[in-house]
Amino acid sequence: MRLSHAGLVERSRPIRFRFDGRDYTGFQGDTLASALMAHGVRTVARSFKYHRPRGIFSAGSEEPNALVTIGAGAGREPNVRATTQELFAGLEARAQNCWPSVDWDLLQVNDLLADFLGAGFYYKTFMWPKKAWEAVYEPLIRRAAGIGALSGAPDPDLNEKAFAHCDLLVIGAGPAGLMAAQTAARAGADVILCDEDAMPGGRLNAEVEQIGGQAAHDWAAQTVAQLREMANVRVMTRTTVTGIYDQGTFGALERVSRHVAPGRDDLPLDCFWRIAARQVILAAGSIERPVAFRNNDRPGVMLAGAVRTYLNRYAVSPGRAVTVFGNNDNVHRTARDLLAAGVHVAALVDARPGATTDLPVPFYAGAMVEQVLGQNGVEAVVIRTATGRQKIQSDCVAVSGGWNPSVHLTCHLNGRPEWDSALAAFVPAPGAVPNLIPAGAASGVFSTDGCLRSGASAAVKALAALGRAADAPDIPLAEAGSYDIVPLWQVPGPGRAWLDLHNDVTVKDVRTAAAENFRSVEHMKRYTTQGMAPDQGKTSNLGALAVLADVTGRDVPQTGTTTYRPPFVPVPIAALGAGGRGQGFAPRRRTSSHDVSLSMNAPMIETGLWYRPSHFPRRGEATWRQSCDREVAMVRNAVGVCDVSTLGKIDIQGADAAKFLEFVYTNTFSTLKEGRVRYGLMLREDGHVMDDGTTACLGPQHYLMTTTTAAAGLVMQHLEFAAQVLRPDWDVRLISVTEQWAQFAIAGPQARALLADLVGQDVSNAAFPFMSCGPVTLAGVTARLFRISFSGELGYELAVPARYGESLYRLLVARAEALGGGAYGLEALNILRLEKGFLTHAELDGRTTAFDLGLERMMSPSKEFIGKAAATRPGLVADDRARLVALKPVGPVRQLTAGAFLFEEDAEPIRQNAQGHVSSVGFSPTVGHFIGLAFLKNGPDRFGDRVIMVDHLRGITALCEVCDPVFHDPEGGRSRG
Amino acid sequence: MADVTLSAQNALPQGDVIERAGTAIRVLPMQQMTSMMPGAGADALATVLMDEHGLALPGVGQTSTSAGGRCLWFGHRQYLLIGVSPAHSLSDVAALTDQSDGWSTVLLEGPLARDVLARLCPLDLRAAHFAQGAVARTEIRHMMACVTRVSEDGFRLMVFRSMAETLLDELRHGLLSCAARENL
Repeated sequence: MRLSHAGLVERSRPIRFRFDGRDYTGFQGDTLASALMAHGVRTVARSFKYHRPRGIFSAGSEEPNALVTIGAGAGREPNVRATTQELFAGLEARAQNCWPSVDWDLLQVNDLLADFLGAGFYYKTFMWPKKAWEAVYEPLIRRAAGIGALSGAPDPDLNEKAFAHCDLLVIGAGPAGLMAAQTAARAGADVILCDEDAMPGGRLNAEVEQIGGQAAHDWAAQTVAQLREMANVRVMTRTTVTGIYDQGTFGALERVSRHVAPGRDDLPLDCFWRIAARQVILAAGSIERPVAFRNNDRPGVMLAGAVRTYLNRYAVSPGRAVTVFGNNDNVHRTARDLLAAGVHVAALVDARPGATTDLPVPFYAGAMVEQVLGQNGVEAVVIRTATGRQKIQSDCVAVSGGWNPSVHLTCHLNGRPEWDSALAAFVPAPGAVPNLIPAGAASGVFSTDGCLRSGASAAVKALAALGRAADAPDIPLAEAGSYDIVPLWQVPGPGRAWLDLHNDVTVKDVRTAAAENFRSVEHMKRYTTQGMAPDQGKTSNLGALAVLADVTGRDVPQTGTTTYRPPFVPVPIAALGAGGRGQGFAPRRRTSSHDVSLSMNAPMIETGLWYRPSHFPRRGEATWRQSCDREVAMVRNAVGVCDVSTLGKIDIQGADAAKFLEFVYTNTFSTLKEGRVRYGLMLREDGHVMDDGTTACLGPQHYLMTTTTAAAGLVMQHLEFAAQVLRPDWDVRLISVTEQWAQFAIAGPQARALLADLVGQDVSNAAFPFMSCGPVTLAGVTARLFRISFSGELGYELAVPARYGESLYRLLVARAEALGGGAYGLEALNILRLEKGFLTHAELDGRTTAFDLGLERMMSPSKEFIGKAAATRPGLVADDRARLVALKPVGPVRQLTAGAFLFEEDAEPIRQNAQGHVSSVGFSPTVGHFIGLAFLKNGPDRFGDRVIMVDHLRGITALCEVCDPVFHDPEGGRSRG
Repeated sequence: MADVTLSAQNALPQGDVIERAGTAIRVLPMQQMTSMMPGAGADALATVLMDEHGLALPGVGQTSTSAGGRCLWFGHRQYLLIGVSPAHSLSDVAALTDQSDGWSTVLLEGPLARDVLARLCPLDLRAAHFAQGAVARTEIRHMMACVTRVSEDGFRLMVFRSMAETLLDELRHGLLSCAARENL
């Protein structure tokens, strides 16, 4: 029910929203939880396992019960805490895990079977038959037990990721965090202040008290306003720091637009921040814990601190007659605030025997709430006093078992919290996270005055570490109230007493775990599921381990805690992967001829990050094979043009450049003369082939290395390593020029005719023989011409500065077409090289050696080079290694497939009998059948033999003949002519 | 010789792309860019660069500027000369390569520039930590890049020519979403 006092909501701004199909009104500043509470909605969810009705339990991100689904359609969001969801106009929320409705849920029948469904039930029951687990039991259980579900449709929402940097990160904007941020900001440090809430202030917004003579929440608002005015401060609200990582890096989730109606263009839903901070003050506050008693999960049972939050901040009361129960001074404050708000206090039950009160309420010292009565919510409570039991009419129980400092983040680098017996709670271990200082309630300081002092002193310490001197600031006058806790975890008695509301774990479940010898806290957690899932046991961990400690005869510190891992609150995968959807996954590299290829209707293939044309369909060609066959024939018979700019180009200069090439290539390069090109093979240190390509000598001490497209970056890295680390004494200067030059292959018998009158250079065989290179001038542009061939035909490659690439490509294609040829794509390029037995990374797959590839003669015996020693190890030159051969089909099945395995003709096609595999295949229009390259044991010794190719995946079996890898022009006369 | 012409084309259409909340993305015209690699000692290069172009050899992460041109530190023993044709004598003291066509340059300038970059680049670009004239080789959303601070809130961003469109897309999205927050 809504109370008459103002609270911190804006009464002048009413907001309409829907919950479970019904319309309601709340106010700006409400959460979904407070707005529902104002309307007396008590049951907002059904529990995970037993489908028991559940209500609002807390007022923050620790909420274990009130998980709802927000929105509808593809972007609906399950498991949103009603306690953190801000109200906005048109908000639509639905209850989860219930059918047909949250008030009448069919699966409530589970609760009647509770005696059978306790912890460990599934493991013991659904064991036989073995196969039924995956097929029957698990799907069934998942349907019955669970929380909200995603829509299953692609996520339509925008998300983002971002980086931030600061001197000091302050986590939490309660009294300690605000004081710390203010102190550090005034000293000139760059400060980021993060707070989970939309309204910074922490408990100051929830309590009735004074700071410096004004209302505490006014002091908080004023301090925040001052901080926002400062250029060196960034206040990040709705931002939860979720994890601590190495080197002072912090993950944080900002809920950017979850508090406004959806549908705004360009606005991300969430932003996942990576914050790098030199110093950190953890002022994350503390989380209240309940006490376990019979039926303490009924709607209406709430944390006492949450009750005060709803009363004071939202001006709503969770009930009309509230029983307050606890073991520390906070319960008296709760009763006081209820009275002040005009809410009837049915009983104040203080478990501490010597407790006293001046409040005009029925007071029971040394008493406990033993049981809640009522099926769908609290109707009455049974309290046990020294003299007996008493039933009290009440519709709400405000319970406090004490407060747990939020130590979670201090454990993310494997720190273990320490037990503080005075507080009956874990506190952060000193030095648990480098450069992190816990302050305020997170460090176990619970009074407002203590928090302000602790925040200020943490800031002074952090500033000193940052090299900034700062005096301790004046601390405004604030309450220094007492806490005075006596530990109480559970109220003994029959019936089910809940520890973990989120996972439906009771005291009995923990006892069962211990009885079955799951006595370690980690085993207990797995056995009972206590502390798992989105909630991570924020309100239940300590209670459960205290019960475990009790039944195993240990104390709490001996029992220890489970491990707190990131993230502190659930982080949507959509936020972590922001920007990576669809084409955002990787940059798109486009050649200068990209648009021309598209205008010729060429489909694009991704090769690494590059987009390359697959083939150029012409009129009448219905399939890619038809285009590819035509393009291959074009190159063999006329002339083809292909953009090869994607190959890596590395400019190598320096006095020792030639020596350097000798060092990185297996074959001799010192004899390469200016104007000449040579094919080279490069090994990794471990003796396997890294890459191949040509290197041209452009001038004295000046070379241009070409790498494969795939290995361009890898080779550059390799060369940098060799130059900087292996031979720092040599004068070698390396730089990539891949992007500077657009380069085109012109291949085919008519290649010379195409070029002859185009470049200012005699390109006859005599003047510009095979493997020549040199500068040429083309329409006034200085270009580079290479006589190299990856097709086996007469071939040139012509390179111009990339700005002229598109223009030159158009020109070359037009000229080729006039000569009966045209553009060819990647498919034809692949067939052309296959017919010649040339290699790509399908063959240089990182596992093959020069020996495997039949290139062992390229390993110069007369020099040292990278990989030489390793490449000559016996295992890498054994005859029975799988070595390069070609295959052609000779049986009824004419198709070959890459990735298929090879077997002896009469062998069973199982893994143990595999003789090798097929690396590349294609249909060769030149020879009229499929051809393939393969690696086969003793391959080169088996030419003429027959093997069976089996593709288990595609179900293809073909009889093949092993043959030499060169199908076309084995003498190589065509490329030399 | 056949009578042919080749026309030059920038990787991106030059000029203003978009402006939001006083922050603009602009594709800059292509300029002459030459990498200079002096090898182990850079003193000779420093002298010639000053004599010929009036440019100091910048320290690590720095740039130098003169009336006509700019010189960027460009990596380990690498410098990039921008906006001028390199004097012939430079080739005596450094290995030169033409990089004019290899990189695309986009200017991002305005009050949201740092916010946009914070979504794409891990660098600490706070004014005090990345001073005017500072340069860094870094990544912009998986792309190898070079970032130079050229004004109070202006950054010149260079990526490989082939990735220019991706850069522009990312910047555009970044600016739109940062600007959308302004109205929240």
